[in-house]
Amino acid sequence: MDLIVFYLFATLAVIAALGVVALRNPVHAALCLAVVFISLAALYVLLSAPFVAAAQVMIYAGAILILFVFVIMLLSPGVDQGAGALKWQRPLAAVFGLALAVELILVLASAVLPAARGQYTPERLAQIGDVQAIGALLFTDFLLPFEITSLLLLVAMVGVIVLAKKRVRS
Amino acid sequence: MIPLNFYLILAAALFCIGLFGALARRNAIGILIGIELMLNAVNINLVAFWRYIKPAGATMDLAGQIFALFVITLAAAEAAIGLALVIAIYRSRDTVNVEDVNLMKW
Repeated sequence: MDLIVFYLFATLAVIAALGVVALRNPVHAALCLAVVFISLAALYVLLSAPFVAAAQVMIYAGAILILFVFVIMLLSPGVDQGAGALKWQRPLAAVFGLALAVELILVLASAVLPAARGQYTPERLAQIGDVQAIGALLFTDFLLPFEITSLLLLVAMVGVIVLAKKRVRS
Repeated sequence: MIPLNFYLILAAALFCIGLFGALARRNAIGILIGIELMLNAVNINLVAFWRYIKPAGATMDLAGQIFALFVITLAAAEAAIGLALVIAIYRSRDTVNVEDVNLMKW
């Protein structure tokens, strides 16, 4: 049963990802990206990480994707026309992508990974609550990265406002 | 239970597709979309490793999930900044094609 769900959403994610890079119209690519995000959320549920799945749907499919669609609609960059000044860009990108894929799959297919488990097993998380455990860790062991992230988001927000606002010509 | 390698191979496939997208596109928005795909592939790895393998320190047990959440946050910041840059470039040069934005190219 698990395996069927995995294969279903994994193939969906890979096909949609191929659509993202192959479709020339940016709007279609963005819509394929939504399919990728949501099938990955399903895989997170399968990995018994429901909070990450919820965050994936809310932040990726909700916020980031809307941002992309907004900018695509705003600028209407048009359909990507074949090769530009760099004739060999697309074939070379395919070569690099395929080389990395072959390399990674060769390594991963032969790797033997140990299967010991930590104290936060899915059963224990179901007992104490997934969100509670993550929240408690975020405010104790991961407090510094958490605060730095908040600072980073503030900097990003200020930066975006400065970059995207209309200049007043003087 | 699904073997860990299946998740890792899926993540590798998505990462390579994202890499191809980021390298092959000439549209700045398309490049950003490719980078988002690569970040997503990394997230699958993080959560899958949390699910299957015991990390070094006892308190770092949930680190896979928490790192995935940090990556999602960073991806949001990165997308916002990147798209703001694209808008700023479009305002001044009327294009989102990265080949036409070569002022700083050697």
